[in-house]
Amino acid sequence: MSSSNWTADFLSQLGRDTPVAESTVAATRLWQIDSQAWQQLAELAVVHKLRWVAGWAEHVDKQFLINSCFEKQGEYLLLRTTVDVVSPELPSQATVYPAANRSERHSQDMFGIKFTSHPDNRRWTRHQAWIENSYPLRKDFPVQGSPVGVTPPDMHYPFIKGHGAGVYEIPVGPVHAGIIEPGHFRFQAVGELILNLEERLGYVHKGIEKIAEGRTPESLGRLAGRVSGDTTVGHCWAACRAMELAAGVEIPPRAALIRGILAERERVANHLGDIGAICNDVAFVFAQMQMTRLRELWLRTNATVFGHRLLMDAIVPGGVVCDLSDVACSLIKKDIAELRTELTEIITALDLNTSLEDRLYTAGFLSEDIAKAFGTLGYVGRASGQDFDVRRDTPYPPYDQVKVKVALENQGDIASRFWIRYKEIRTALALIEKFIAQLVAGDICSDWKIPPSGSEGLGIVEGWRGEIVSYIRFAADNKVARFYPRDPSQLNWPALEKLVLNNIVPDFPVCNKSLNGSYSGNDL
Amino acid sequence: MGDQLMNWLIAILQTMLFVALSPLLAGWLKCCKCRLQNRKAPSIFQTYRDLLKLTHKQPVVSDQASWLFVLAPYIIFSATVLAATVVPLITVDLPTSASADVIVLVGFFAFARFFLALAGLDIGTAFGGMGSSREMTISSLAEPAMLMAIFTLTMTASTTNLSFAIAHVLNEGLVLRPSFVFALSALILVAVAETGRIPVDNPATHLELTMIHEAMILEYSGRHLALIEWASQLKLMLYGVLIANIFFPWGIAETFSLQDLAYGLLAIIGKLALLAFFLAIAETFVAKMRLFRVQEYLSFAYLLGLLGMLSHIILEASR
Repeated sequence: MSSSNWTADFLSQLGRDTPVAESTVAATRLWQIDSQAWQQLAELAVVHKLRWVAGWAEHVDKQFLINSCFEKQGEYLLLRTTVDVVSPELPSQATVYPAANRSERHSQDMFGIKFTSHPDNRRWTRHQAWIENSYPLRKDFPVQGSPVGVTPPDMHYPFIKGHGAGVYEIPVGPVHAGIIEPGHFRFQAVGELILNLEERLGYVHKGIEKIAEGRTPESLGRLAGRVSGDTTVGHCWAACRAMELAAGVEIPPRAALIRGILAERERVANHLGDIGAICNDVAFVFAQMQMTRLRELWLRTNATVFGHRLLMDAIVPGGVVCDLSDVACSLIKKDIAELRTELTEIITALDLNTSLEDRLYTAGFLSEDIAKAFGTLGYVGRASGQDFDVRRDTPYPPYDQVKVKVALENQGDIASRFWIRYKEIRTALALIEKFIAQLVAGDICSDWKIPPSGSEGLGIVEGWRGEIVSYIRFAADNKVARFYPRDPSQLNWPALEKLVLNNIVPDFPVCNKSLNGSYSGNDL
Repeated sequence: MGDQLMNWLIAILQTMLFVALSPLLAGWLKCCKCRLQNRKAPSIFQTYRDLLKLTHKQPVVSDQASWLFVLAPYIIFSATVLAATVVPLITVDLPTSASADVIVLVGFFAFARFFLALAGLDIGTAFGGMGSSREMTISSLAEPAMLMAIFTLTMTASTTNLSFAIAHVLNEGLVLRPSFVFALSALILVAVAETGRIPVDNPATHLELTMIHEAMILEYSGRHLALIEWASQLKLMLYGVLIANIFFPWGIAETFSLQDLAYGLLAIIGKLALLAFFLAIAETFVAKMRLFRVQEYLSFAYLLGLLGMLSHIILEASR
């Protein structure tokens, strides 16, 4: 696999009238192009089967920088263009990349950039209740915002309507009967059959991008760890890696291995919880109780060894804060052995249960084509044949020293997503053991170097939900100018709208749980 | 005259016993389920505390609700209590059983359900309507299956009066009748569906979209909710008693002597505890069905009822 082949090939097809300024952002290839060629490049990227990864904008002086990130064969490409602040217009890439749809709407809401020919330019992150023509991520917008007192209800979002005899609408959320994150789902159904589902997210918008501005690296690491509580290690690692690449800081090998252990521990804990939760959504409570118990034991070990059940703030720029003693290592190894035994017993019981099988197989089918079109990531993508894992395809320390076995299924149903999780637990346990075996003596944190003003970094890691992309630009004095975290949920949520089609309304909860997108990570 | 008065007194006492014991059965069921899921169980009296707590709370009623919404809990509760008067709990030969037979019992259930479904629709939320629609779909299939099972029994006993039917089974002694095995299976399947248990409905779920019974009562709170909850606990017990006393009537009091009544009470408590335990095991072992499988499930119950009746006609009636 000669990776640079496709970029040369790609460039040669561009022709002379689209000048491309080549450079790099840390280790990633960067192409700066004219805004007129923005859409044309996306069209060519589709032909070359590039995967759309992330998109974000930035306010620098009198211009907006707009970025799109692509990937093919494990190699990332950053595309950048600039538009003027006075009349920010840009052709949309969502016409050819459905995955870019919500991301562009996010930029439209936050910066006021107009994406011409966008297939759906309704508001997304900024709800109707927000003040018109105020754009939070522009530099002149105050960090504390402009509170308007009581927020008026967001009642006039133009949802897609169904018409015809017997078609009815079911609004669900944002406040649910269970204790979960807020999000609104609008169903058009006939009888029990779902005709269309529209998601309305954004209720957990916390202004992460805005409050990141002006932070020091440590402070930003802590903020990144709170983008989505269940992915605290993943996001913190991605942000720290971006900062380290920007500042040119190498982390010690021991720190890299400990980071690997932390990330795999997070993966195991979340997958255990999810497997139980999927079963609970079809009223098979036994499985949930068992899985919750296993997860709880796992989290307690986290608390003993790393000082935090969810491993928050264990990763810092330059390395990690908690070292692993020999005692801790043997505790972890003992834990893994016990978990394996218990898991084997429970999973066998679940596998043999025909009533569970009846609910999970064939339900919530996501075809390979749709999974590819939306660029779905992690277990959702891998359950629908999307064979991609950053740990294997673009390895970063410590994954460059081990062989990562990536589980793959192609049935695309809930059962596939269930079994992928189980296989990933197995892989993660093996990886933790490998990392412990390889644990070398040494520092756990490097000294921080103050990055030059304007230096950028792109941190890409495999979180438990899938690929996380974190972009950081530094201003002067070690301060962060721009932080954009792309949670895998952003690309997985649209897949939910598709995979529930042809299912019945009461099967939606289990379909949703099998995908388990993060609301917080999506809304930022 | 004195006897008559005594009979009515016992009928009323028995109904009160029904109402008083039904939360205990629900508590016991919850307790069994918790233990089977390897959890610590709440006290079996927790259901009483929950009901008490709800009565202390102020009911919140939507502006959209009509008089029907407020009145429905009382109607539902009364109808279910009336149903309880018909079913022999600790003793046969009740005056109430003589005046209302098993068809009336099914009628009471249908009456309560009708108002429950109306209340679900009345409030105008998507969930209420969805729940009512599902409830009516299921009951339209469950009712014939239940009647079919009951007809098998009444044909054997040549009466639709529950007291006489139970007395008939008692007098016959332990005879293995194929028709009863079919009818029992059918009634168990129907009971699971009608009382909203797994695999048809999940009484413990928080997922609005999967609910049936819970979706209809989602907007209820305070004492209204308490009445509806109590009514569904009563309904669960009614089905339990029906199954226990029709098919395994031994132990039920045949005279009104204090000793017989005490034995009758002990017997039914034991039978119900055992039934609830089996239900808890079943609920632990299976996941909920897809909603569209419920028709198959209830058609199967109907088929069992039909087979029961046929086997009665072919094998037993000719004797």
